[in-house]
Order: sequence, then C-alpha cells, then structure tokens
Amino acid sequence: MTLNDFYSILPAVILIFSALVLLLADLWLSKHTKVVTPMLAVLGLIASIAASILFTGNVENGFGGFILVDGFSRFLVPLFAVTGIFAIGMAYDYLTRMGIQRGEYYSLLLFSVSGMMLMASAGDLVIIFLSLELLSIPLYILSGFAAPKAHSEESALKYFLLGTFASGFFLFGAAFLFGAAATTNLNGIVEAVTSGSANSTFLIIGSGLLLAGFSFKVAAVPFHGWTPDVYHGAPAPVSAFMSVGAKAAGFAVLIRVFSLIFPSLAEQYTPIFWGLAALTMLVGNVVAIAQINLKRMLAYSSIAHAGYILMAFVPFGDAAIRANSVASALFYLAGYALGSLGAWAVVIGMEKEDNQGTEINDLAGLGKRSPLMAAAMTVFMLSFTGIPLTLGFWGKFYLFRTAIEGGFISLAVIGLLTSLVSAFYYLRVVVKMYFQEGDSKFHWNFWTAAVAVFSALVIVVLSFIPGSLFDLAVKALLTGS
Amino acid sequence: MIPIAYPLSLAAILFIIGIIGFLLRKNAIVIFMCLELMFNAANLVFITFSNYYQLIDGQVFVVFVMTVAAAEVAVGLALMVAIFRTKHSIDIDQMNSLKG
Repeated sequence: MTLNDFYSILPAVILIFSALVLLLADLWLSKHTKVVTPMLAVLGLIASIAASILFTGNVENGFGGFILVDGFSRFLVPLFAVTGIFAIGMAYDYLTRMGIQRGEYYSLLLFSVSGMMLMASAGDLVIIFLSLELLSIPLYILSGFAAPKAHSEESALKYFLLGTFASGFFLFGAAFLFGAAATTNLNGIVEAVTSGSANSTFLIIGSGLLLAGFSFKVAAVPFHGWTPDVYHGAPAPVSAFMSVGAKAAGFAVLIRVFSLIFPSLAEQYTPIFWGLAALTMLVGNVVAIAQINLKRMLAYSSIAHAGYILMAFVPFGDAAIRANSVASALFYLAGYALGSLGAWAVVIGMEKEDNQGTEINDLAGLGKRSPLMAAAMTVFMLSFTGIPLTLGFWGKFYLFRTAIEGGFISLAVIGLLTSLVSAFYYLRVVVKMYFQEGDSKFHWNFWTAAVAVFSALVIVVLSFIPGSLFDLAVKALLTGS
Repeated sequence: MIPIAYPLSLAAILFIIGIIGFLLRKNAIVIFMCLELMFNAANLVFITFSNYYQLIDGQVFVVFVMTVAAAEVAVGLALMVAIFRTKHSIDIDQMNSLKG
C-alpha cells in the first residue's frame, strides 16, 4: 500500500477511526458529559472534509483502480460529510427528548457516512458491494434505534429485508457483469464493452439486475414500497439522513456505472429509464397528495424527486448531452439534500415525545408561534415545488433542459405537469402554517433550528447564484479516467 | 468440463426460488433464508465464471459476500429477537402498525 492508496480513502478512514474512538469514549463518559460524543463525531466529520479537500488533490486512483478519486467523488464526499453533520445536529435534542440518547447513534452514523464516501469513489464491483453494505447495515440498526417502540422495530425489519433483497439483485447482477467482461473492475468492464469482447447477453442481464437493485436504494417506482413505512417508523433524524445520504449514494453508483457502460447499451436502456422516471414522478407526486402525515408526505416527495433525478439518465446515450445531464443530476441532488434535511429538521422539532404531532394539521398556526421555522419550512416547500427563482426551480430547469435537448420532450412535459401537481401538497403545508389557527408547538432547540435555518439560508443564497453551484457540478464530471 | 449453461441455470433457478420465497412466505426467518438463497445463487455465478475464465477475482468476491452475509445475519437476527420480545411473533403479516 503506497501513500497515494492511503490518501485516496483517507476521508473514510478518518470516519471509521473516529467511529471506533466514539464507541470506546462513550463507555467512559458519565451521563452529564454525553454531549461530548456528538461533538467528537462532528469533529471527525470535519476532519474528513478537510482530508478530502487537502489530501486528494493529486491522487487519481488508489489500490490499482479499486478506488477512483475524480471530480465526481470530490463533489460527493463533502456532501455526505455535511449530511452527516446535519444528521447529528438535528439528532441530539430529539434523541434526548425521546429517551434514546445512546452513543451508538453517532458511531453508526459515521460508519454509514464512510460507506457512502467509499461508494462515491468505488471503481470496482467489489468495492461497490462492500460500501453498499457498510452504508446499509448501520442504517438497518439506526432505523430500529427507538426499540422497543414497535413502529421503529417494524421499520427496521422492513428496511432490512427489502434492503437485503435489493443487495441480492445487485449481487446477482454484479456476478453477470463479471461473467460478461471477465473482470470486476469498472474501467475493465468499459474496455471490454468498447472493444466488443464482452458478452452482450450477460451484460444486459447484469446491468438490468444492477439497475433493479439500485432502484430500491434510490426508491424509484416500482421499487419504492418500503420508503413511506421506513421513513415513518424510523427515528426522524435517521429518516432525514436516509432520505438524503442513502439516495445520493445510490445515484452516485448509478451515474458512475451507467454513464460508463451506457453508451453501448443506450438503445436498450433509454426506454427503461424513460419509464422509470415517468412512473416515479407520477406515482410519487400523486400519492403524496393523499398523505396526512408529514413524514409520509416527505417520503413520497423523496420518491418524486428521485423521479426527476432519474430523468437525467434518459439522454445518456447522447454523448454531447451526457456531461450536462450528469451535472444537472448532481445539482438537483444538492438542492434536494438541503431542502430535505431542513424540512426534516422542522418535522423533528414538531414531533412530540409520544411520536404524535407530525400530521400536516399539526402545523396549523406555526406561522404565528415560530415564525422563523415557518419561514424556513416555506422556503423548503417552495424550493421542492420549483417555484421560479428558487433552487428547486433551477434544478428542474437544468434537468428539463437536458431532457429537451436529448429530444425527450414528452418526458419534460410529464415533469412539468407533475411539478404542478406537487404544488398542491407543498403549498398546502404553507397555507396550513400561515392561514389556520392552531396550537402547534415547535420544540425549540438551537441545533435543530440551526440546521433548518442554515439549509434555508443556503437555498436562498444559491437561488440567486445557481450558476456557481452548477459550475461546481460540471467540474465534477466524470472525466472517463 | 460441464457446459457453463448448467451451473448458470441452477443459479438462476435458485435465485428465482429465493425471490418467490421472499414474496410468498410470512415468517421473517424463512424470508431471511430465501435472501441467503439469492446471495448464494449469486455466489454460484461468480464461482462458475471464475472457473470458466480461470480467474481468481470471482472467488475473492465470494469470500467477501460470505463475510458480509454473516454480518447481515448478526443484525437481522438481532432485529428479529427484538421484535419477538415486543410482539411475540415475527410473522410479517402482523407488521402493520405503520399505515397512512
């Protein structure tokens, strides 16, 4: 192992190391000093961001192509770490109030973030599989973190069974990709595909199963069934973390694998992605209307947003547009991450100790009682809807533009119409907060509120300068290395 | 040498049995066994191709899969024990407290 190899995985190594330290440190901390654990965890995450910026500058890959360090992973690794910091910020008060303040939360979270980081820089099917499990297994435990509450345990079991089911699909697909190309290295597979030595039947079976496996992870229809139940039953900070981190990691692999091997399979996969994207947008948005619980509404909204991101995959066959479509997917992912984390932070503040208080009706009167939180929530809802000049609008604008450039006008129209549908349930939240009387209470905690306000501020600022974030995303393009 | 189609067909059959079992069975432990069947079907494919191409890569992958499967068993069974304590059943038809 050379120093370069070590640098290529340094951000993840730091996280795993701090997670282990946390497990030990937590044993010696007394009840009154428990606040040290989340602080150490945040320190670890910050160190990991610093490492990804400072030490990966001239590293291109590590471990002989097992780890790829390119603009793509440099864009996503800090995004995952920030997601982790937010998930800790909103969790501390929530865990205390729910009586589940246990130190394992933070170390499991760090393990999961390290899995996501490795996933974004995976250059080999083995690493994709291992990081997928490193990401998922802690999440299974975290979903059941409120045990012995029945709904949390149930959510954990559902997530566990369906997540493992998805891993099974991925694994079977990976085996056939290995069979097609006689290598598990992604670049090796690409070489085999471009030189024509790959067995095309095995290639199609393999990539199809791979797609099915990751459609589970990103919650694309028809593989979305677990999402509402799991997000509803799991502790809210865990749902927030899952809805952003696990989804982004799933998309990272989909983008990496399909943008590499897609060109030769465009004919077969364009219609499949078209159908997946259209179905996900339609089902996600339409079913979200019927939800009366905020958590379930956010779950369906996360399904719908996965549909918009899937739209970026449709024009992948066109080499001229591919670069822009990857960039717009990353841009949308970043905007969605901010909105989702912030909206969940508000839900966390609303949830009472008996897990009530998360119905949409419970938001009534929030505009008067907690004007700051209501304003933040309004920003998230408007951005989710894609009201012009918000961050969500720019995200959709870039996505629809690449779809139209690729000649998929009908898909862009579906996207536009479903956005209109989504306005109904997003704006209902805003109307509830400002125009109805109620006695809802936001459990004020500095860190929870800080997550919400900070996300809202970043969304507002980026709404005015979307170009700079988009440029960052363009820089993150796969250079085909 | 056995034609490659034989072990591949066997793996496909095992995989499909796993899927059908996953969808139809009600006991969480049996569902979990079906998942293991799916994993091992994938292992069989890896071994088959590994042997076919005379490459070690596939066999290495299988070792990783077995290790991870063991970790999943640990978490999965712990979850089921926790649920059995709360509900005195691990029948997934009774997992219906989450609705909306």
